[in-house]
Amino acid sequence: MTFLRLLARNRLALAGLVVMAAVVALALVTPLLPLAPPNVTDTGNRFLPPFSEGAPLGTDHLGRDLLSRLLWGTRLSLAVGFAAALIAAVLGAAIGIVAGYYRGRIDNVVMRGVDMLMAFPYILLALAIVAALGPGLMNALIAVAAVNVPFFARNIRGITVGIANKEFVDAARLSGLSDARIILTEVLPNVVPVIVIAMSTTVGWMILETAGLSFLGLGSQPPVADLGSMLGEARSALITNPHTSVVPGLMILVIVMAINLLGDGVRDALDPRLRSGALSRPMAATRVDRGDRVPPPADPEAVLALEGLETQFHVGKRVFRAVGGVDLSVKPGECLGIIGESGSGKSVTALSVMGLVPSPPGVITAGAARFRGEDLVGMPYGRLREKRGRSVAYIFQDPLATLHPLYRVGDQLVEAIRAHRPIGRAEGRARAVELLRAVRIPNPEDRVSNYPHEMSGGMRQRVGIAMALANDPDVIIADEPTTALDVTVQAQILSLLDDLRRSRGLAIVFITHDFGVVGQLCDRVAVMYAGRIVEEGPTRAILETPRHPYTARLIDCVPELGQGRRRLEAIPGLPPAVDRLPEGCAFAERCRNARPDCRAGDIPLEREGTRAVRCLHPETHPEREAAE
Amino acid sequence: MGRYILGRLVSAVPVLFGITVIVFLIMALIPGDPATAILGAYATPENVAKINRDLGLDAPLVLRYFNWLGNMLTGDFGTSFSLNRPVLDEVLERFGATLILAGSAFVLCAVFGIAAGVVSAANQYGAADKAITFAVLLGISIPSFFLGMMMILGFAVTLRWFPVSGMWPIYGDRDLWALLDHLAMPAVALAVVATGVVARLSRSAMLEVLRQDFIRTARAKGVHERGVIWRHALRAAMVSIIPVLGIQAGFVLSGAVYIEIVFQWPGIGRMLVNAILTRDILLVQGGVVFVAACYVLFNIAVDVAQSLLDPRIRT
Ligand code: SF4
Repeated sequence: MTFLRLLARNRLALAGLVVMAAVVALALVTPLLPLAPPNVTDTGNRFLPPFSEGAPLGTDHLGRDLLSRLLWGTRLSLAVGFAAALIAAVLGAAIGIVAGYYRGRIDNVVMRGVDMLMAFPYILLALAIVAALGPGLMNALIAVAAVNVPFFARNIRGITVGIANKEFVDAARLSGLSDARIILTEVLPNVVPVIVIAMSTTVGWMILETAGLSFLGLGSQPPVADLGSMLGEARSALITNPHTSVVPGLMILVIVMAINLLGDGVRDALDPRLRSGALSRPMAATRVDRGDRVPPPADPEAVLALEGLETQFHVGKRVFRAVGGVDLSVKPGECLGIIGESGSGKSVTALSVMGLVPSPPGVITAGAARFRGEDLVGMPYGRLREKRGRSVAYIFQDPLATLHPLYRVGDQLVEAIRAHRPIGRAEGRARAVELLRAVRIPNPEDRVSNYPHEMSGGMRQRVGIAMALANDPDVIIADEPTTALDVTVQAQILSLLDDLRRSRGLAIVFITHDFGVVGQLCDRVAVMYAGRIVEEGPTRAILETPRHPYTARLIDCVPELGQGRRRLEAIPGLPPAVDRLPEGCAFAERCRNARPDCRAGDIPLEREGTRAVRCLHPETHPEREAAE
Repeated sequence: MGRYILGRLVSAVPVLFGITVIVFLIMALIPGDPATAILGAYATPENVAKINRDLGLDAPLVLRYFNWLGNMLTGDFGTSFSLNRPVLDEVLERFGATLILAGSAFVLCAVFGIAAGVVSAANQYGAADKAITFAVLLGISIPSFFLGMMMILGFAVTLRWFPVSGMWPIYGDRDLWALLDHLAMPAVALAVVATGVVARLSRSAMLEVLRQDFIRTARAKGVHERGVIWRHALRAAMVSIIPVLGIQAGFVLSGAVYIEIVFQWPGIGRMLVNAILTRDILLVQGGVVFVAACYVLFNIAVDVAQSLLDPRIRT
């Protein structure tokens, strides 16, 4: 049902459907219409122009009524096109199902044959078949159908292989059903939709192909004419009487276009990626729509400061508040950790800084991100681009996916430099080697010409770090840079980052879900939950005396040394969906301290000295606090 | 690299072999016998028998196939009875003309198709995207032979920009300029459908790639959006565009048959259609096998290009 509704929503597809229905209806009623006989010649009235009396579309070179010939020809073309599609689909599906269901030898032989047939440019095969059978509409139909059988066979085989491996088919087999029964009752129903789609996208081609063969004089033979042979016969009078060509030509165009529109509509309606908007292209920078609500600058010492940052995802009518008002800042040489579960908004916060949140669907709806006092949000693209990589650089999680797979790592490093200043070949290479050495990659002279897939995960991440360092940025935002790596490599990367920070005075924003990592590297830490900061303060203090119940639970999840990994899922329950945030505290559902007032209204982030917490009933640590 | 090419060439041998078998079998199914077709009114039983002996048609099927194959391997494709000249000579001459036509159309469809797809994807849902999408729809729906006829009417007859048909001027020099003048319309008419298909696929391949993480990396390091689109995204999208170019080459070669008829281009497609109408079987066989073989070789070239582009499959 949703399928039909989606199809109806696609206006172009609907137009295609309407036109197609009209053409088919016209073709069906043609014998009933009061038309002149299509094949009776009248040499006295040759080449009458359109709008002549008794011949609304004029007459052809033998004085035959064009309107009548057009409608009869359309009827024939449609019939042949659909018949060819049907034959090709049935034969192709039969072959594909048998090959895909039985696999083994049969499959091998059949698919070899299919590959062989597909090695031909289709017309050669069609011509060879027509050459063998002789010209004629029936033979052209057979040729066009035959040429398209391999296409159907290959598609359907692929689907069948997938189905034949499913449990319900195994179950049917074990219960003793015959292969024929299983194919008819289990496989076929699943294959039919695929056949229909394949037909809807190829029937236009079939009509074109048969029309083409007729056009060449190899299809329908005089005096009977389909649209193709009408066009073929009209060709000799193209210059003197173009209307005889235009009439059938336009008809083919209209039919094929209507079918294509419809076919596209069917395909789109069935493509889940289109429905979810997963195929839309992210723009060069995140969309900003914050009206004139720009907060005043604060914290002059900070190299990077976020103020009331809000980033949302707009998907259809739903609004996901991924980041709901975040204030943060880092000073030069400082390392700030942002920690939270996946979906807490920590990565979106990080990506918002340089406008890297994919848009659509992302929109920055409020707040500011200031680099040395200058607001990056809403900055014109040209200026923002200049800052990317030079002022604030990123290190991402999975370096296999984040490095370009088809360029050598050296070239990718040079490109990062070249984005900000011109650099010659030799100098670029030298600089790339230098960068690789700086991140402690052995044999950097050889490694520069490696492709990413030729390196190990740890080495790739070092390349990622080298690329972030390429332009001596002031801030590096590292988005879970060690998550994809194993523990020893992880430790190496962390100590590398720490050294770089100390030697270069870098400010680092380190995003992670792991308090263990935060403890090794960060001076300060901010804990995020459901798009907001719930606790913030010096790392030592928070690790020792977490106030927010969520922070406390996160810290409990850190594995003791040598006990292997424990994951965050250890906290029961899930974070709330950010398009339906509850009233009051977002953590209330999972909180062991929750009381009714927690759900009553918004809870502010209360600051107290160097620490801040967003909780009405924070954890207490009497024993430790007493010790202090 | 050399090993890769060699491997692909070796793997093409069974395909080429299969092609000859298929062509031969189709031709062997011919109802009626070619001798009668050749002799026409002179088809006395003695003459028919003689022709059959001359053509080796009295031998068993398998033997006939290997005879034919063996002869072809030594460059003997037989003699066309309607043209009274060796099939191979005729095929080579005609194929040259087709290669010029189809080759230029292929270049056009690759360049403009990819460019249109990239521009379309880069402006998704924008005005350029909508215009291109509509043009593509029109392009893939219009029969190339009809388009060719309308182009003749518009650009040759009415505007007189280009000659109506043929490959060379009847009088005057056969220089490059004259060739381009004659080539322009048929090449464009032939390229239109394939351009549409390539544009469509390039657009979706680009959209797929533009969502990937390495694009975000390129942006994060400050690469200009132009570089992101044309250097990063297109390079990665080419991996899925190139195989489609290979398939489109087949479509261009197929479409050339119609275009050669419409524009009176002396190519192999027109030769094949005439050969079918005159039932010149040897000429059809030879032409089909030759073109199919060239197509297979071309696809190997496509695979090699693919491996040059993608270091991950080059092993
Ligand atoms: S505000 Fe209430 S529900 Fe929320 S974390 Fe604090 S105690 Fe728990």
